Amino acid sequence: MASSARNSNFAERRGKASRSFKRGVHVFTRRRSWFVNKMAQFGFENDIHSILKLDMPITNAPMARWQRKASSSSTSAGLSGLSPGNSTNVSLSSSKTPTRTPGKGKKTPSKMGGDRFIPIRNNKQMDVANFLLTKENEPVDATNTVSAESQKVWSVTLNGYNIEDAKILHLGGKPLNAPEGYQNNLKVLYSQVTTPASLKKTRYISPTPERILDAPDLRNDFYLNLLDWSSQNVLAVALHNSVYLWNATQGDILLLMKLENEEDYICSLSWTKEGSYLAVGTSDCKVQLWDVENQKRLRSMASHTARVGSLSWNDHILSSGSRSGHIHHHDVRVANHHIATLAGHSQEVCGLRWSPDGRYLASGGNDNLVCLWPRVQEGSSGGRFGRLIRSWSEHQGAVKALAWCPWQTNILASGGGTSDRHIRIWNVNTGSCISSLDTQSQISSLVFAPNYNELVSAHGYAHNNVVIWKYPSLTKVAELNGHESRVLNLILSPDNSTVATVAGDETIRLWKSFEMDPAKKKAKERVVQSAGGVIRNSIR
Amino acid sequence: MTSTLKGVTLKGSAELVADFFSFGINSILYQRGIYPPETFTKASHYDMSLHITTDAKLKNYLTNVVSQLKEWLFECTVQKLVLVITCLETNEVLERWQFDIECDKSAKESSAPREKSLKTIQDEIRSVIRQITATVTFLPLLETPCAFDLLVYTDKDLVVPEKWEESGPQIIDQSEEVRLRSFTTSIHKVDSMVAYKRTNSV
Repeated sequence: MASSARNSNFAERRGKASRSFKRGVHVFTRRRSWFVNKMAQFGFENDIHSILKLDMPITNAPMARWQRKASSSSTSAGLSGLSPGNSTNVSLSSSKTPTRTPGKGKKTPSKMGGDRFIPIRNNKQMDVANFLLTKENEPVDATNTVSAESQKVWSVTLNGYNIEDAKILHLGGKPLNAPEGYQNNLKVLYSQVTTPASLKKTRYISPTPERILDAPDLRNDFYLNLLDWSSQNVLAVALHNSVYLWNATQGDILLLMKLENEEDYICSLSWTKEGSYLAVGTSDCKVQLWDVENQKRLRSMASHTARVGSLSWNDHILSSGSRSGHIHHHDVRVANHHIATLAGHSQEVCGLRWSPDGRYLASGGNDNLVCLWPRVQEGSSGGRFGRLIRSWSEHQGAVKALAWCPWQTNILASGGGTSDRHIRIWNVNTGSCISSLDTQSQISSLVFAPNYNELVSAHGYAHNNVVIWKYPSLTKVAELNGHESRVLNLILSPDNSTVATVAGDETIRLWKSFEMDPAKKKAKERVVQSAGGVIRNSIR
Repeated sequence: MTSTLKGVTLKGSAELVADFFSFGINSILYQRGIYPPETFTKASHYDMSLHITTDAKLKNYLTNVVSQLKEWLFECTVQKLVLVITCLETNEVLERWQFDIECDKSAKESSAPREKSLKTIQDEIRSVIRQITATVTFLPLLETPCAFDLLVYTDKDLVVPEKWEESGPQIIDQSEEVRLRSFTTSIHKVDSMVAYKRTNSV
């Protein structure tokens, strides 16, 4: 038998071992003493088999896998003899490496007994177990607050508010509805609207006057109004006691009249709307009416007690203001011309203007007041003394500059003298001051220029210039400098393209600042007509 | 109303905010076309012209709400004011204007007026109302006849006055929200925003 041969070898070795017992090889002898040993040569085999607990030892067949595993675990357990934890590691590693030849793997016999079961503990399971164990010890906190937070958030999301904090109320009763069948027509907002043609953006305002006329002997008196431009394009200027007419179209000059008395002087001039008659106010308290075409004086109306420094026409009614502070209405058609007296000022009336629609008369005086008077009620019994609508006292200086806005009804602009220097815009219906602007200079005249929606002001002390302001923003557009002395009067040409100014330096300067080319002018007229429709469809 | 004192008191602040709501609600009703424009007239306030209704019943209703609001503002118990616009037939909420009110409760204890110029407050209010007007450009058209309702968010423990009932928040589902400007009187702070139903057309 091969095994016996082998055993015999072993036996021989045994024998050697037993012989070397004395040398202190304990292992074998201890083993020996443990196991029942029938045959010496089978001793080792018996050992193995007893460990394996096999019914019958399979003599020389290789060990079954499970046997091998069982034996290897037991041997390794015997090998280390350390703590169970370590032994498992060792067993794991050893079980992973299957032993090929049982003989070679089993050189060292197992230490432990065969009847002990050592479980294989998977490392992972240990980790899991550890985790579970430690987890149970964690305090169960923060769940309560978390849920409260989330609850609050849910409540806000669902209800729109935190139920705990607020409640919603509404006023009971049927909610009010619009009348039946009402449908809002906001849809109109998005309908096509013809865009108005854009105005010329680039506009050149020349810093120099287009023309300078000589005005010798001009009276340098702030309170007089010695310049007017007729609708027939004739410029009238009063030089001391003479009235000269300059035809702007042809350029020729005509001496219309001259006062008889050398000491008297002309205080004011005003053309009628048609431009065929000129009213002249004099220092001898009279108002003369001249027919320009025939160069004849039609009337000389006496009613004032002091010089007539301001005049304004309203169809057939001529209003005159004098140094006495009184304003007289004259109906020039009838013999008894003086039909009404307006006593509102305590000092010289230097500014007088009827509104374009003839409903209001604005007067400004040296007493810093701006007064508003209604249209003349002719034929009424109480017409002798006019009734004042309202007066404004905001100006701190003499108000000579007055102008009505031609494109916006009920807008009056007034300018104050040296101590005031402000332009004020008034709404005569409500009586409120819409805006006020400090111009830093005495204002002697104001005119609205409709071509570009501007307001033009003439200044005396200290700038002696003409300023163009954008209306209604009142931002400065341009300054026209050139006069060497205070500008006394400012007047707009009938075609609205030029302003003429007369100053204490005895010159009349013509500034062509509001020119519009004909194409744009036509477009503007078209816009004015279609503006009615646009306004209706605009955003509310 | 113009306060002659330099500062703003709690009472004055409540009045300012209530006035703002009165004009603001009127403006919204006019701008969104809930009521015919002929029933509105112009009033001048905050240096601008505003639309207010002339319809007697509506005026009465608004006066009631605003006066109650003023009380609540004075007591610092109101948190929000919401104007809800619903479709008349389907009762679906189409638009929701929400004004959040934050009240500085410390003003209740001290009666000293706060330093904030009336002009600044009016300027802020003016810009909010202008913004409300401007929202017309992007809010979707209200094509169907609409009804409106006013909701007030108050503190939970408030005593409900008679004629007032509890209500739901009337939220719009699928809404677009736009935050508008806010103004503060240094005692009350009002934030505004509008939410409208998202329209299908992009």
